[in-house]
Amino acid sequence: MSAATSPSFSFSRIFAMVMRHWYLLRSSWPRLLELIYWPLVQMLMWGFLQSFMAKQTGALAMAAGTFLAAVLLWDILFRGQLGFSFSFLEEMWSRNLANLMISPLRPIEFVLSMIAMSLIRLVIGVVPVTFLAMFFFGFNFWGLGLALGAFFANLLLTSWAIGLLCAGLVLRNGLGAEGLTWSIMFLFLPLTCVYYPVATLPVWLQYISWMLPPTAVFEGMRALVLENVFRADLMLWALTLNIVWITLAGWGFMKLMHSSKRMGSLLSVGE
Amino acid sequence: MNVNVSPAAIEADRLTKRYGEATAVDAISFQIAAGSITGLLGGNGAGKTTTIGMIMSLVAPTSGRVSVLGFDMAHDAYRVLHRMNFESPYVDLPHRLTVRQNLTVFGGLYGVKNVQERIARLATELDLKDFVDRASGKLSAGQKTRVALAKALINEPDILILDEPTASLDPDTADWIRGHLERYRANNNATILLASHNMGEVERLCDRVIMMKRGKIVDDDSPAKLLSRYGRQNLEEVFLDVARGTGAAKKEAAE
Repeated sequence: MSAATSPSFSFSRIFAMVMRHWYLLRSSWPRLLELIYWPLVQMLMWGFLQSFMAKQTGALAMAAGTFLAAVLLWDILFRGQLGFSFSFLEEMWSRNLANLMISPLRPIEFVLSMIAMSLIRLVIGVVPVTFLAMFFFGFNFWGLGLALGAFFANLLLTSWAIGLLCAGLVLRNGLGAEGLTWSIMFLFLPLTCVYYPVATLPVWLQYISWMLPPTAVFEGMRALVLENVFRADLMLWALTLNIVWITLAGWGFMKLMHSSKRMGSLLSVGE
Repeated sequence: MNVNVSPAAIEADRLTKRYGEATAVDAISFQIAAGSITGLLGGNGAGKTTTIGMIMSLVAPTSGRVSVLGFDMAHDAYRVLHRMNFESPYVDLPHRLTVRQNLTVFGGLYGVKNVQERIARLATELDLKDFVDRASGKLSAGQKTRVALAKALINEPDILILDEPTASLDPDTADWIRGHLERYRANNNATILLASHNMGEVERLCDRVIMMKRGKIVDDDSPAKLLSRYGRQNLEEVFLDVARGTGAAKKEAAE
């Protein structure tokens, strides 16, 4: 090996990590099936519920009209975080993390590769389900138009911030913290008002809810579906919060990584 | 940038690691010459793995400093990691990926040019050809060790760190691996640091042996000089003297 320096940022290293996970996905049909299974189950359940409630009258029927859009956006948030976290957990499960940590792979490249995999998993898992929603219930998710881009970007940014923080906690505390990866997003389900307006919450809880970027996305989605209004103010608020969240998550991840080096936990990964 | 002008390939200066009240490595200092093979010996809990972890920047020292090829691993690890590599039976490669896929990934991470050619060469040198397209998790222990060594050599490292490279291998495969390491050092002037419990292996491969006990270096010399000083026939007996505080180790402790 020559003494030439290694570049401080390399797309080739990110590509190598993406290929590592792509090889894995390709070799394991249960992993591929799992990507699409839960979004499909959720879509069917909420789709049939929406169909049933649409036959009712009044506000209930109106509220139900947002269920399918809500569940598909929720899946972007939830699956985005899982897609990110899974890529990290795969390294823990395969006891490969030390190999990566002593390689020239920089933390930012590692994180970007997990972001890329989150997108790939999302495309495999959620995109086909949006077309199945059209087939089963006549709901055109893509009909949300350009607003969908704003919803999508904001939800993904939140999912990556949460995924990053979970990865840091697992890095520092080992697989004992793995459960957090699976469950943390469910705290967002009631607080971000996926299926009901923010006004439903007690006033004190509304303040907390508005600090969570997805709340603005789900509120914005309801405004679009029910009133045909795109709330750019809500998207900007979500983006501002996401920038703060991503910054804090990145800082937290680096702190937790340094802490894991102090604790020596990288040498006993998996325990 | 903290560039050290020392010719040592690896240098530890009062390197210490404490976990709470427990001291895993206690202010050890050593220099490892470029192109040498050095054995790091000690019983379980002697601090070998923690020392290796600090050399590779996987573990942050509590105090002291370690540098590799002149670069301080606490601050400049990324300036030298592409010239190092590591193999240990306690670290795996992803099981579902084939040997070729794993080596392709690590070739990409280390920026290896013409990685498929490099894999073909390693497959020949390490006799991987029969299973290079088989899933890594389906290999025998001996095959896995050879693949792990191929991963450790993918970037033709100047510094190769090996943690028990022949653990759980049959004598024939272990001997074969040792021969390959000797050739690699000779052809590349590589520096090899080897932690092992196999004294025969250390005696055969190492120019120098650093013996650790309870986080401290208790002896440091060539295998021949250690045998002479302890008045023993082989390194296993020396190791037992050091571990149990008997023989020459007892006399030295008394002095």
